[in-house]
Amino acid sequence: EEEMEEEMEGWHQLYPGHIPTSPLQKALLAVGSAVMALYDPYRHDMVAVLGETTGCLALPNLRDKMKNHPEGYRILRERPCIRLSTLDMARLQGLPDGSLGREYVRFLEDNKVSPDTRMPPKFVDDEELAYVIQRYREVHDLMHTLLGMPTNMLGEVVVKWFEAIQTGLPMCVLGAAFGPVRLSTRKLQVLATELVPWAIRSGLNASCVLNVYYEQRWEQPVKSLREELGIFPPP
Amino acid sequence: LCRCRALLSRPAGAPRARRGLAAGPEMHFGFQTVTEEERREKIYQVFENVAKKYDVMNDSMTLGIHRVWKDILVHKMNPCPGTLLLDVAGGTGDIAFRFINYVRSVRKRQLQRKLKHHQNLSWQEIFESYQKDEFNSLGDSQVVVCDINREMLKVGKQKAQHLGYSEGLSWVLGNAEELPFDDDKFDVYTIAFGIRNVTRIDLALQEAYRVLKPGGRFLCLEFSHVSNPLLSRLYDLYSFQVIPVLGEVIAGDWRSYQYLVESIRQFPPQEELKAMIEDAGFFKVDYENLNFGIVAIHSGFKL
Repeated sequence: EEEMEEEMEGWHQLYPGHIPTSPLQKALLAVGSAVMALYDPYRHDMVAVLGETTGCLALPNLRDKMKNHPEGYRILRERPCIRLSTLDMARLQGLPDGSLGREYVRFLEDNKVSPDTRMPPKFVDDEELAYVIQRYREVHDLMHTLLGMPTNMLGEVVVKWFEAIQTGLPMCVLGAAFGPVRLSTRKLQVLATELVPWAIRSGLNASCVLNVYYEQRWEQPVKSLREELGIFPPP
Repeated sequence: LCRCRALLSRPAGAPRARRGLAAGPEMHFGFQTVTEEERREKIYQVFENVAKKYDVMNDSMTLGIHRVWKDILVHKMNPCPGTLLLDVAGGTGDIAFRFINYVRSVRKRQLQRKLKHHQNLSWQEIFESYQKDEFNSLGDSQVVVCDINREMLKVGKQKAQHLGYSEGLSWVLGNAEELPFDDDKFDVYTIAFGIRNVTRIDLALQEAYRVLKPGGRFLCLEFSHVSNPLLSRLYDLYSFQVIPVLGEVIAGDWRSYQYLVESIRQFPPQEELKAMIEDAGFFKVDYENLNFGIVAIHSGFKL
């Protein structure tokens, strides 16, 4: 009886913040979060939950891609985190214009965002995969910087297209497909004719963006990093 | 999958003996074991978190049926104008508003009946008597909403303003285990979906007895136990699989709703609660199951 109670507490926590869920719960969460994310686009937590509950195939793939790449392997081992507490903002601001660090800080300031607002994973039932999805979320802002896209709806959709190709996460695919629903026709036109084709070409051409140890490349110019990865210059 | 099956089956209730009685420092918080003080804090936080989405979540979890349960409670109470009600753990005001509506309509019928008997008065006299009673639409009935949680009271006050309730309504911050009221004050004491969250149920029942007038009535609406085995399994499945998901999707708060379903399982079943109410000194204690025992209304009198 005591054992059953402990089982039911469900606190087989694999990492802080982990909430173990049954397959049925994951399915319900996936549907519920998808509906809620469409209904209220400001519910970023719902997008996060959707990513976690649908990523069971894509996340292991990503993790393997990282494992088989020297830089990615190092990231998996050392588990760096992009947080305000770990970033030396003053140093990054002091870097020359055009460098990754300087442009990243500029992006954060222009769009008034902070790396600390990312949701920690809750429903991923593997500790390493939880880190992979966390890394993906932290690297998202750097994607904006590399692609030169702002955080408005249009910019987010373009980044989602790029990420969908790169990661294969169903959440990105859904976001890319349904995000445009809320855009005006003029923006849709720009999206369809210029931005999305570019995002797709870059996504296909580029090597895996999670295999870059960004924290060790702040001084590198954005252009050079783009070339190295294989991202085409933004339109 | 094994865990899933474990989630589906119910505990037989080993900690029940310790539940709500003065039995040492260890208590339950859902299925966790904590000290009394920890439990109070955790529950305070739960309701602080859920306060804003409390009503929306109630509607989603019970598919709106909680409104019917609350209606039944007030109908069972059948208050007449002039009743002084204390609604404990009344947070967002659901019982209080229903009480006010009920006495208003009873009062209206009273006035209408009075008017019918005044057939041979002049129009002037009828108008005057009507005016006099108009200002007394509640007939001196009053309800005091008492809750331990500031956030819940805040939401309740906002709702009252929004819905236009002001007369005969007061809001008091207080603890069910130690009520800030004198003895023998109230005609009716209600606690709807609140007693489950009280850490020392025996103290709350004693306080209820204390503040009621002789002849006063105690009414408790709370989740209880379903004895029908098939229904019980479906209920468990729904509770443990769906409700926390609803909590996450609607309120962004899985943990509070996980606590909610666990606390329902930990609460004493109908007969045990009846015994506890009798222990506090109440007479004619009885209970009525609603929806096969998913919810029960317990009633007792201070004689």
